Amino acid sequence: MSINQPDLPAQSFRIDRTGLDELLAALKNRGYTLVGPTVRDHAMVYDELTGTQDLPVGKGDQQEAGTYQLVDRGDAALFGYNLGPHSWKKYLFPPRHKLWQAELTDDGLAFSEPDQATPPKYAFIGVRACELHAIQVQDKVFAGGDHRDAHYCRTRERAFIVAVNCSQAAATCFCPSMNTGPAVTSGFDIALTEVIAADAHYFVMQAGSQLGQAVLDQITPCLADSTEIQAAAQCVANARAQMERQLDTADIQNLLYRNAENPRWEKIAQRCLSCANCTMVCPTCFCSSVEDTTDLTGSHAERWRQWDSCFTLDFSYLHGGSVRTSTRAQYRQWMTHKLASWIDQFDTSGCVGCGRCITWCPVGIDITEEVRLMRENDMASSENSQRGGR
Amino acid sequence: MTMTKPKLAVWKFASCDGCQLSLLDCEDELLAVAGAIDIANFAEASRDIQPGPYDLSLVEGSITTAHDAERIQEVRRLSKYLVTIGACATAGGIQALRNFQDVKEFMAIVYASPHYISTLATSTPIADHVHVDFELRGCPINKQQLLEVITAFLHHRRPAISAHSVCIECKLRGNPCVMVTQKMACLGPVTHAGCGAICPSYNRGCYGCYGPMESPNTKSLSAWLEKLDVAAPDVARLFRSYNAAAPAFKEAGDRHE
Ligand code: SF4
Ligand code: SF4
Ligand code: SF4
Ligand code: SF4
Repeated sequence: MSINQPDLPAQSFRIDRTGLDELLAALKNRGYTLVGPTVRDHAMVYDELTGTQDLPVGKGDQQEAGTYQLVDRGDAALFGYNLGPHSWKKYLFPPRHKLWQAELTDDGLAFSEPDQATPPKYAFIGVRACELHAIQVQDKVFAGGDHRDAHYCRTRERAFIVAVNCSQAAATCFCPSMNTGPAVTSGFDIALTEVIAADAHYFVMQAGSQLGQAVLDQITPCLADSTEIQAAAQCVANARAQMERQLDTADIQNLLYRNAENPRWEKIAQRCLSCANCTMVCPTCFCSSVEDTTDLTGSHAERWRQWDSCFTLDFSYLHGGSVRTSTRAQYRQWMTHKLASWIDQFDTSGCVGCGRCITWCPVGIDITEEVRLMRENDMASSENSQRGGR
Repeated sequence: MTMTKPKLAVWKFASCDGCQLSLLDCEDELLAVAGAIDIANFAEASRDIQPGPYDLSLVEGSITTAHDAERIQEVRRLSKYLVTIGACATAGGIQALRNFQDVKEFMAIVYASPHYISTLATSTPIADHVHVDFELRGCPINKQQLLEVITAFLHHRRPAISAHSVCIECKLRGNPCVMVTQKMACLGPVTHAGCGAICPSYNRGCYGCYGPMESPNTKSLSAWLEKLDVAAPDVARLFRSYNAAAPAFKEAGDRHE
């Protein structure tokens, strides 16, 4: 697992695109499967990479609530995009995963590990600051406490993380509100900042772990000078300055708890499709359902785990029926868990401000806007409790 | 095992045969099916038709004639479990478009001698006529889901068939949403899962062939589609297809006509 080691020399290096290809080749030689951003089906998605040519060269994006469009940036940027619909959880916590299989033998059931029990050694290329935080949030869920998830831990411990500082923000980003970005601070093996100037295109690079340093030494980059370090810092400052949205987290737990019966929830439910897209794209959402299947003969059984969501009726099905049957209750569960009860549960917010749920909601429901409206209609303020919210 | 195998019957009402074909289409699994279950009455597969009663009846098609309305009662009497397969049997099918028009007018246009035709004014799902134990969705159904239903029946458990949106299947496959990226009209958010999000995977919107999902908010989706510049009659047309008579889609169509 990548842990920031403060005793590392705080040195910055400079590489160009060829140097980055060397870095990727060095990782491949060490047995890593490279995964990272690439363009497919009109969006930036995460998939296997062979080299920098597979990255979204020259691509950026325009995002708003319910819309996403790839655009040409007019340069050769490799990391000039913002987040797409995928997150790294698809590798650490796969959408569908076989937990075990069993055969009926003369001595009863014989259980065995599924074929994909040993996951590949991944190198994640291009992990953003909010995504590093999202991984740390999921670490608490799957790798913290007494009940560790074996598959998650095995994949996570072996993963190599190449982080990238954001040089631009999407209109849907709000990481500064959640203290998760746009600057990469910890939890990586190597961090990059892409600098694009009129006559130059390079990456300023730091190691964040001994392993990262060892890989970096292999490609012998030159030291970055102060102008280059300055230019990289300016890129991150630009991203910060571009943030349009914010989410006011002051006293957010009490705000949401005391507004459990606020009529605002019903307003949201009129728009919400309970389609679950928000939970699927959210990099911290961790819910799954477990399903046992048998074949026709009844001699072979399998247990599968698959992403599930608080927006489905089956998910809250207990003895006798579903406990959250209305969209109002489902959305309330989603937002209250993300922003409030997650803090009780894991001592951290469940939201890293990546904005995915805003962009990928098919009807453009915006979590930042809904928090703002909830504050405006707070039932604790006497004026609002009299008129019963808006 | 020397126990007698459960008897299966497959029945056809007003339909295209596509769903029954899904059973024959289970090429790799067909022998296993035949090993586990006695296919006692399946006219499309064999002329050897054994008499009832049957342990499991799969019913394809909707009720469009007075004769079929009687026949389904007989099928129910002969069947321990009755499972409908496909959009016709579950929602009335594409032929339920007649429910919104005058059937006599259709007959006059289509047939040279319409007086030979004996038909009802409506196409209705099986559950409007008899008790149905399970409804399997799709136009056509997904053969893996059909196998799951048969397997669940054989092992006396509930079929693992989800009633949530197609969107979840889209996301499990890693598809970027076609509505969000291309402003394409897609019924995925209000449509019952089961197909594995085939259409968005081939870069087109879902046209709702599995019918309404468990909590379909067609009002909100239609309002958004209109914002994406889909004209009201086109929104109505989206809902007026294979599941036009399913209540949630019917209301949505009515609202935009
Ligand atoms: S709740 Fe939304 S903005 Fe927050 S982490 Fe999840 S997807 Fe990102
Ligand atoms: S908030 Fe949006 S994405 Fe989430 S369930 Fe509701 S409609 Fe779907
Ligand atoms: S393409 Fe359609 S089914 Fe897929 S996520 Fe988008 S709205 Fe849902
Ligand atoms: S995506 Fe929609 S229309 Fe296409 S097969 Fe699935 S349910 Fe039917």
